[in-house]
Amino acid sequence: MNRALMLVLLAVLAIAAPFYVYPILLMTVLSYVVFASSFNLLLGYAGLLCFGHAMFFGTAAYFAGWLLKNTALSIELCFLLSALSMAALGWVVGLIAARRGGIQFAMITLAISQFIYFLLLRAPFTGGEDGLQRIPRSALFGMFDVSSNLALYYVILAFSVLAILVFYRVVHSPFGEVLKAIRDNEARVESLGFIPERFKVLALTLSAGLAGLAGAMKAAAYQIATLHDVSFHISGTIIFMTLLGGLGTLTGPMVGAAMIVLLNDYLAQYGEWALIIQGAVFLVVILFFRKGVVGEIEARLKKPGRV
Amino acid sequence: MTQSDYALEARNLSKSFGGFHAVKTVNLKVRRGSIHALIGPNGAGKTTCFNLLTKTLTPTEGQVLLDGQDITGLRSAQVARMGLVRSFQISATFPHLTCLENVRVALQSNHGTAFKFWRSLRAVEGLNARARALLEQVGLAGREDTLATELSYGKKRALEIATTLALDPKVMLLDEPTAGMGHEDVEPITDLIRQVSAGRTILIVEHNLSVVSSLCERITVLQHGEVLTEGTYDAVSNDPEVITAYMGGVDD
Ligand SMILES: Nc1ncnc2c1ncn2[C@@H]1O[C@H](COP(=O)(O)OP(=O)(O)OP(=O)(O)O)[C@@H](O)[C@H]1O
Ligand SMILES: [Mg+2]
Repeated sequence: MNRALMLVLLAVLAIAAPFYVYPILLMTVLSYVVFASSFNLLLGYAGLLCFGHAMFFGTAAYFAGWLLKNTALSIELCFLLSALSMAALGWVVGLIAARRGGIQFAMITLAISQFIYFLLLRAPFTGGEDGLQRIPRSALFGMFDVSSNLALYYVILAFSVLAILVFYRVVHSPFGEVLKAIRDNEARVESLGFIPERFKVLALTLSAGLAGLAGAMKAAAYQIATLHDVSFHISGTIIFMTLLGGLGTLTGPMVGAAMIVLLNDYLAQYGEWALIIQGAVFLVVILFFRKGVVGEIEARLKKPGRV
Repeated sequence: MTQSDYALEARNLSKSFGGFHAVKTVNLKVRRGSIHALIGPNGAGKTTCFNLLTKTLTPTEGQVLLDGQDITGLRSAQVARMGLVRSFQISATFPHLTCLENVRVALQSNHGTAFKFWRSLRAVEGLNARARALLEQVGLAGREDTLATELSYGKKRALEIATTLALDPKVMLLDEPTAGMGHEDVEPITDLIRQVSAGRTILIVEHNLSVVSSLCERITVLQHGEVLTEGTYDAVSNDPEVITAYMGGVDD
């Protein structure tokens, strides 16, 4: 009952928001919310720390940008193709990295992402240091003009809701149950007759697909795609958003993502002070919310004495 | 006696880590339907043997046979599917899953749902009844929704046995199932092992000799990675070599 009420409230808020807040900022929030969920699927539910998650986000930004600029595909197809192609990339990365766990997995994914960064820097169609600029917004279903910020916001909102539903379903599926078991004790899962790598490869495929959607949405919102989107800075940011919101919680990383995007936007006006204020905010969160913001709230709400 | 009288067999099994021989040419035959103990002082190589038998580790030399069939080249997941399932010395539960989910994951092993990321959990609800029955069997009735991490040590071991049983194994390998348990927990677990041994073969590593004597028909003693002797409890416990090995090796 409570939860239904929350969802209704959230829906009303999401629909009304662009009339009060700059839609591009909201679209950024949504992109990062989806991106953070994709990361959460790996780290929170499969125990896989991907150090180069930006490779899916950033490559998809380029890919979607290229599609929008050079083809007549409608915008929803550009989003879907970006997600699918990144799922394929995730599958390949999985085949290379999934046999390893822990820090080795992190290092391999980092290495692959650096390699992709280099490829994109050198590729003829990425615009080098400038990136892809003035990416157009093609019509939805080839019919509805969504080139205004307001219209695009609702498209991106719909895709984000869809992505979060996919994420929710995956972690609450029979597959998700095995995934969580692998996170908790991989050797035990193998001893029960499962081949853990296969599950990790599938998790990476799904996660990369969601990250790809996030990157494509961001490219459509900003109308640019740059190397920054593929950089380690973004990979690091998403880890941080996840930890800030609460690792291993369903909604924590989404909340963390929204908090950081909004905070960065707000702090932009303070110039150099932004970094110091940001640092102070993070320090407070780390000191008083050890399980992340949502993790801590969940822990406090749990009735004590419950076994 | 023909080969198929033995559910599990190790032939000249060896494992070295670098230059250190943890297991040296171990020959072991576990008769079908029996409870067989593997004992020996700390560091004798018992867990390493288990790791080799279940293919958690690859042997440097030697073979493992399950029902007379060579399984040396298989991986542990395949071995598990063939009916050889182990428990771990350090209790191996899934701490952040509930007891029901712990067992249900194992039940999914033979259910064909494990990759269905698009289905809701309703797809595995059919397994709940069996999972509950297994939990009840090991004395965890009513704890379905408790997270494994919240269980006492003894209950965690019980949960691990329920998870192992979920695969309905032909051969069970139990690595010190009563280690670290309070007095009050040892007897129920011993009874449980006896109860589930019906129709199964069990190889058990156990330091508690009263548990060994009450359960096991045959005992193999391992020392420095080699088989010191094998026989019935009475024969083994009166063996002067075994007595010396234990005097020099055990710290409890
Ligand atoms: N992965 C490994 N690498 C190196 N040495 C190992 C490894 N695993 C085990 N050993 C060594 O092999 C020897 C046998 O270890 P093992 O765990 O099999 O003994 P155990 O009989 O099970 O002892 P315990 O009663 O303490 O459980 C020990 O000296 C141990 O240090
Ligand atoms: Mg051991």
